[in-house]
Amino acid sequence: MTDSATTRPWDPKSEHLLRELAPQVLGVVARRFRDFSSAEDAVQEAMLAAFRQWPREGIPENPRGWLIRVASRRMTDTVRSEMARRQRETAMTTEEEPAIEPAENIEADMDPEDTLVFLFMCCHPALSTSSAIALTLRAVGGLTTAEIANAFMVPEATMAQRISRAKQSIKASKVPFRLPTPQERRERLPAALHVLYLIFSEGYASSIGAQLQRLDLAREGIRLTRGAKTLLPEDAEIAGLLSLMLLTNARRAARTGPHEELIPLDKQDRGLWDRDEIAEGLDLLSLALSKGAVGLYQLQAAIAAVHDEAARPEDTDWPQILALYELLQRVVPSPMVTLNHAIAIAMVHGPERGLERLRALDSDERLAGHYRLDAVRGHLFEKLGDFEKAVHHYRTAAAGTTSIPEQNYLMTQAARLEEDRRQLKNSSPGPESRL
Amino acid sequence: MKYILMMNTMRAGAGVPTWPRADLQAHITFMHGLNRDLRESGELVSAEGLSFPDQARLVRAGKDGVSVTDGVFPESKEFLAGFWIIDVDTPERAYAIAARVSAAPGPGGNPLNMPIEVRPVMSAPPPEML
Repeated sequence: MTDSATTRPWDPKSEHLLRELAPQVLGVVARRFRDFSSAEDAVQEAMLAAFRQWPREGIPENPRGWLIRVASRRMTDTVRSEMARRQRETAMTTEEEPAIEPAENIEADMDPEDTLVFLFMCCHPALSTSSAIALTLRAVGGLTTAEIANAFMVPEATMAQRISRAKQSIKASKVPFRLPTPQERRERLPAALHVLYLIFSEGYASSIGAQLQRLDLAREGIRLTRGAKTLLPEDAEIAGLLSLMLLTNARRAARTGPHEELIPLDKQDRGLWDRDEIAEGLDLLSLALSKGAVGLYQLQAAIAAVHDEAARPEDTDWPQILALYELLQRVVPSPMVTLNHAIAIAMVHGPERGLERLRALDSDERLAGHYRLDAVRGHLFEKLGDFEKAVHHYRTAAAGTTSIPEQNYLMTQAARLEEDRRQLKNSSPGPESRL
Repeated sequence: MKYILMMNTMRAGAGVPTWPRADLQAHITFMHGLNRDLRESGELVSAEGLSFPDQARLVRAGKDGVSVTDGVFPESKEFLAGFWIIDVDTPERAYAIAARVSAAPGPGGNPLNMPIEVRPVMSAPPPEML
């Protein structure tokens, strides 16, 4: 590049800067060439070029301008070869070249809201969830195809194809390239937040041992949600979602042991919880709650906050958690919420009442036979002191889960209870001695 | 050279192991250690554990449409519990890793001595045809 007269050295924060620029550069290029799909490919190539060049040669004085120029050049090449192909096919000759020379005043083309435009576009309901996640990470998050493929443990070619198909769906659905109207925004925000939530939870749930070398999707989810919050500062649900992510992520170091085993909330070393993340999550939450209209993410964040605020498990304010689950059940009823509601009932009113609540789920087709139902039953029967039933349910749950760490956890729970049961038998003449 | 190591378990009584806790822990720790070693030696391509056979379905397309029935192949006495794909220099190295898998600790800490099927993965590049 000839334009890098002044450069700054590359440092660990630069990667962040580069990724933040991706959707902004995409906005300029897509608008200029009126082609989102090709522009998105061109920006990806510019990003790859920057990742190769900047760490070695330093960051150009105007990194945004650099990226726009490289992406535009790529677009020009694409357009020229496309024109040449068409001319060959139609045997037409024309001197006319498309007006594609990059304007000098690129800053005037900038629109910070582009990031939001792309977020809504990538999370469009026309896309399948997995496509929306992949495209959001690339177009809005500025990640490379290789990084995304690695995060989901699929081959890079598969991920590239998934992204390209996602863009075809966007084209076919004729989503206009503009900021949705306030009305559209209200309708489509839940889908966009859901995609951000899934990016986070995919990262959080799989951030165990071996997977630590993968790209940290939980961090990416937090970063993208933070970006969305800056652009829509008045939205209480975005703030609620960011708060939920932070309050959950704060416990990450404590949720697994040295052998990658899962550690439940009440057994975690709370000293390992990230105090800064908790503080930020709590601040965001109180701000969000003060805005009125309480939604799904704010309520879940509020529940996470109650857990995070307890210095010891026995200090947990379960009556408040119970009240929050009751509210959650009214706002977004679902069998998973009922399941957690049952745990809260058990903590406040005793395990029998919790088990009673679970019985309502047996007839719910969405959850009947689901291993989570057995896992919770195992837990509640254990609390009740019925170890035999608890062991049975833990093992049934272990056979049903598709997560190896969770399977190991549930099998170990069953084995531990059997040990306790044997010891109880050896140390006492009969079961009545338990009373 | 890539090899697949297939860990087969007897189908009779298949289900969640009901071993004592210490034995269960030893088995889990063993598997983690194995995967960590293979990752660190640069030989691990992928490793997956499979669900129990009661979650398996058999799908077969036919003239009357597609049939979906319960279970793994009904005639088999064993079922695939998991597999590793490794990239190693020699077949002997693949056999050595398979032997380590085979001796994974079971109840009482005794080696399970499971049969491990080792087969080359057809991943060589096509030869230059003259």
